[in-house]
Amino acid sequence: MLLIHCPYCEDDRPELEFANAGQAHVVRPSHMSEMSDEDFEGMFFIRDNPKGVNLERWRHIHGCGRFFNAVRHTVTDKFLKVYRAGEPRPTDAELAELLK
Amino acid sequence: MTRIPARGSRLGTKTISFTFDGKTYEGIEGDTLASALIANGVHLMGRSFKYHRPRGAIAAGAEEPNALVNVFRDSARRQPNVRATVQEIYDGLKAESQNRFPSLAFDVGAVNNLMSPALVAGFYYKTFKWPAKAWDHVYEPFIRRAAGLGEAPTEEDPDHYANRYAHCDVVVIGGGPAGLMAAKCAADKGNSVIVCDENAAFGGWLLSDTDLRVDGMSGAEWAAAMVAELQANDNVRMLNRTTGFGYFQQNMVGLTERITDHVSRPAPDLPRERMWQVRAGRVIIAQGAIERHMVFPGNDLPGVMLAGAAQTFLNKFGVPVGERIGVYTACDTAYAAAFDLYEVGCEIPVIVDHRTEVDAQILKQAEDLGIEVIKGGHISEVTGRLRIGGIVVKSGADTEREWDVDALIMSAGWTPSLHLSSQSRAKPVWDETRGIFLPGESPQACICIGGCNGTDELADVFAQAAESVGGKAPKCKIEDDVSTSGGMSGATGDSLQKGKAFVDYQNDVTAKDIALAVREGMHSIEHVKRYTTNGMATDQGKLSNMHGLAIAADLLDKPIPQVGLTTFRAPYTPTTFGGFVGHTKGSLFDPRRKTPIHDWAAENGAEFEPVSLWDRAWYFPRRGETMHEAVDRECRTVRETAGIFDASTLGKIEVAGPDAAAFMNIMYTNGWDKLKPGRAKYGIMCREDGFIYDDGVVGKLAADRFHVTTTTGGAPRVLNHMEDYLQTEFPHMRVWLTSTTEQWATIAVQGPRAREIIKPLVKGVNLNSESLSHMSVSECEICGVPARLFRISFTGELGFEINVAADYGRSVWEAVWARAEPLGACVYGTEAMHVLRAEKGFIIVGQDTDGTVTPHDAGLSWAIAKSKPDFVGKRGLQRPDLVKAGRRQLVGLKTSDPKKVLQEGAQIVANPDQPIPMDMLGFVTSSYWSGTLKHSIAMALIEGGFDRMGEKLYVPMEDETIEVEVTGSVFYDPNGDKVND
Repeated sequence: MLLIHCPYCEDDRPELEFANAGQAHVVRPSHMSEMSDEDFEGMFFIRDNPKGVNLERWRHIHGCGRFFNAVRHTVTDKFLKVYRAGEPRPTDAELAELLK
Repeated sequence: MTRIPARGSRLGTKTISFTFDGKTYEGIEGDTLASALIANGVHLMGRSFKYHRPRGAIAAGAEEPNALVNVFRDSARRQPNVRATVQEIYDGLKAESQNRFPSLAFDVGAVNNLMSPALVAGFYYKTFKWPAKAWDHVYEPFIRRAAGLGEAPTEEDPDHYANRYAHCDVVVIGGGPAGLMAAKCAADKGNSVIVCDENAAFGGWLLSDTDLRVDGMSGAEWAAAMVAELQANDNVRMLNRTTGFGYFQQNMVGLTERITDHVSRPAPDLPRERMWQVRAGRVIIAQGAIERHMVFPGNDLPGVMLAGAAQTFLNKFGVPVGERIGVYTACDTAYAAAFDLYEVGCEIPVIVDHRTEVDAQILKQAEDLGIEVIKGGHISEVTGRLRIGGIVVKSGADTEREWDVDALIMSAGWTPSLHLSSQSRAKPVWDETRGIFLPGESPQACICIGGCNGTDELADVFAQAAESVGGKAPKCKIEDDVSTSGGMSGATGDSLQKGKAFVDYQNDVTAKDIALAVREGMHSIEHVKRYTTNGMATDQGKLSNMHGLAIAADLLDKPIPQVGLTTFRAPYTPTTFGGFVGHTKGSLFDPRRKTPIHDWAAENGAEFEPVSLWDRAWYFPRRGETMHEAVDRECRTVRETAGIFDASTLGKIEVAGPDAAAFMNIMYTNGWDKLKPGRAKYGIMCREDGFIYDDGVVGKLAADRFHVTTTTGGAPRVLNHMEDYLQTEFPHMRVWLTSTTEQWATIAVQGPRAREIIKPLVKGVNLNSESLSHMSVSECEICGVPARLFRISFTGELGFEINVAADYGRSVWEAVWARAEPLGACVYGTEAMHVLRAEKGFIIVGQDTDGTVTPHDAGLSWAIAKSKPDFVGKRGLQRPDLVKAGRRQLVGLKTSDPKKVLQEGAQIVANPDQPIPMDMLGFVTSSYWSGTLKHSIAMALIEGGFDRMGEKLYVPMEDETIEVEVTGSVFYDPNGDKVND
């Protein structure tokens, strides 16, 4: 069982308190009606499935209830970083640094 | 009974009586079942899995593959596959041998042994291939009968199991010399420490070794002193009889503590086991090493066992394993065992050493004792049926010599136990010189020390243990430490060609089987393993893996690491399901939610049905009524008079804040701006893909406050969905979401006399249609308590839904019932509710929709606001597939024979005479008998359904084809006059 650090509670809590909420940084456009079918497909249906660093959303559903983002390594299952919803996606350089 | 009184570090003084296969024996407090049986001269303890060969204990600990017995206290407490070498005896213990019929000494299944040429590796794959028809009646029943070790108990387990979480700086798995020293050094530095050992006593190998001296103390004395010191430290938790069975992510280890399995009459409040989930800063693995057996024909006869096991039986339990004991070895430690046995008076006629070079000092010792050593020899044959009687030894120039023996001890060296290290995802590293795999570096914070790290000398073990926790070992004077040097892996003699030389005892895999697998093209150990089942038994190949690997590598002429070692998985040893389940069984596993009115319903004869986690009143049969009659009566009464219904399970969410209306505009397809406070509206929620996600009536209480209802099962996911958008897409909106499902009790009062029923109970609102029209909500007082009163209808009749604080639910319900009953109204359940709503064509999300139905498909286009710039699902609804013709649409169905009630889920076709597979147009989603309309009614999703009104379609069933007519889905009061009464 994983221990996950909630960036709102600022505490390590057991995995049982959390729910995964899919890929992070998928932006819902403000003018969705004007999206092309291809763009909508990419936004709603197509998801990354990386071997390695994955940026994903979690919800501390049985805790504070907040959604947040995490950088998790899909091979080692290690959480490399967690950050609050709305904070920017880590740059590629930052991600490379986390992997060291 | 044979005991050596001077030996037996683990024995107490009390005599203990137990039974094995119905016969009573005596053992001594501290004995395992195996040691007590051997003390009674019983070596035959079980039959093997495939060939039903007689078997005895090979080992003295957890790695035991053979001596599996059924231990039972009563008819429910039966544990199969208990290793006799692990089970401690207690007064009254009852054990039975397994896998034999009619008796252990005479087993009919042993005929398999004679058929063995047909039962070689790959037998199943080759035999059960064709004809395909034979599967159902011949092969599968055969395999099922033959498969499985032991018999699972058929009754529910009456014991209970506990569960604990723990955190500590250092957890030490294994309480032998390495583990104890690591625990001491860690504790000395002020760390919190948990140290566990699978045995009853700490000390590991120290308890089996009588020669060793540490600071002048025997191993057992030194261990006892360490245990005393550690136990006195408040920072240290010592867990004996506790197996570290699994290593999980982030340094969590699973420990299973056996609490009552060794107790004669356990206190009933004690759990049988306690599972620990320990999260440690550092994991010290001190699992030790497991001795390998020698692979030679007949190496499974009772009386043949590991040299270390014989030493353990002698030195821990005072039991010599025989009187005339042969030795077959490739490792120095077997000599120490032989000398120990010699010392207590056993005869050692010969030591056969597979090696040609043996340490001169050891040879000298043997010579001094008058024990003959044959170097470079091997055992080509053994004699005896239920117990070994003699050995035939070949050496040098093919000379054969025979010895009579009543036991044979063997050692092919020691395999570092890599189980937990491998589970931590460390890759094993091959040590070519010593021929063993060592633990590689782990990605987790764990260190292997001692035997499991391949460390031999005790002084090195202590230094390593101290270093592993960043401490310093005390200086110890160590004398007479026996080296584990030497060892070999693979088959000996010509056992690859001849005889049954077992590699894997538990799955009856011989050296020949491995050779056959390689010949038949299995070149990776993973394939060899699966083809032969080597290492796939419950002991996970603790003894067999290295031999199997070495044989395959040798035949393939490849280095061992290239053939590969299989990955170890949790659990290290078999772990009871009860331990994993813990307290989460029954209602704690599957909790039932009950409404405040539940007890009233139960007292008044309701039948219940489960709806998500809720128990809902299904119908209220009167004396002698069938379900059908009860539902008919309930429906009729609601239509003619009135009925009251417990709707408390409806999901409820309070949406409040200055931007509440704007938020509702995003989340629901409907428009909310124009809705006036005091009015209610049926809302549809879509996902972004445009499919219906949930629905429910929403009351607007004020400009900034909505009372949202959801489906009973949908409440949690709807709230999650709303929170997701609020927190991550619209965080600027000033809106607060609160689940209020359990705060409100909801009582629906439906029917022409509904107003009359509640009128005297309501204060603060006039119930006439002018002030409280259909689809309105009012905050008022009912029975003197604050209430939210909706005028809504899920039945098509004049209807109200009373919401009061849950604590008042039952008393308000009773007050309403006291009014309703004298007027001839009824209480109705969910089944009648379903019929009534279906008569009106109201959908149930999840029944009439399935996640691929849009509001348009469901005939709810009117609920989609056209002018809103955005809502969740708006873009999705424009997708090409969602707007094209021929989508399945929700329509009504009437059967041509009005009495025929369709089956929900039944498929619908246009032409029933077409060949199979037919073109399916859709399927029935809801179907009921309507007592009111005197014909059956159904709803169905049908391709292009809206354009098929009046069309005849067909529902082919197993024994008939039912003709139906497509209709609108509103069967009752199509103009909707009644709700406005």
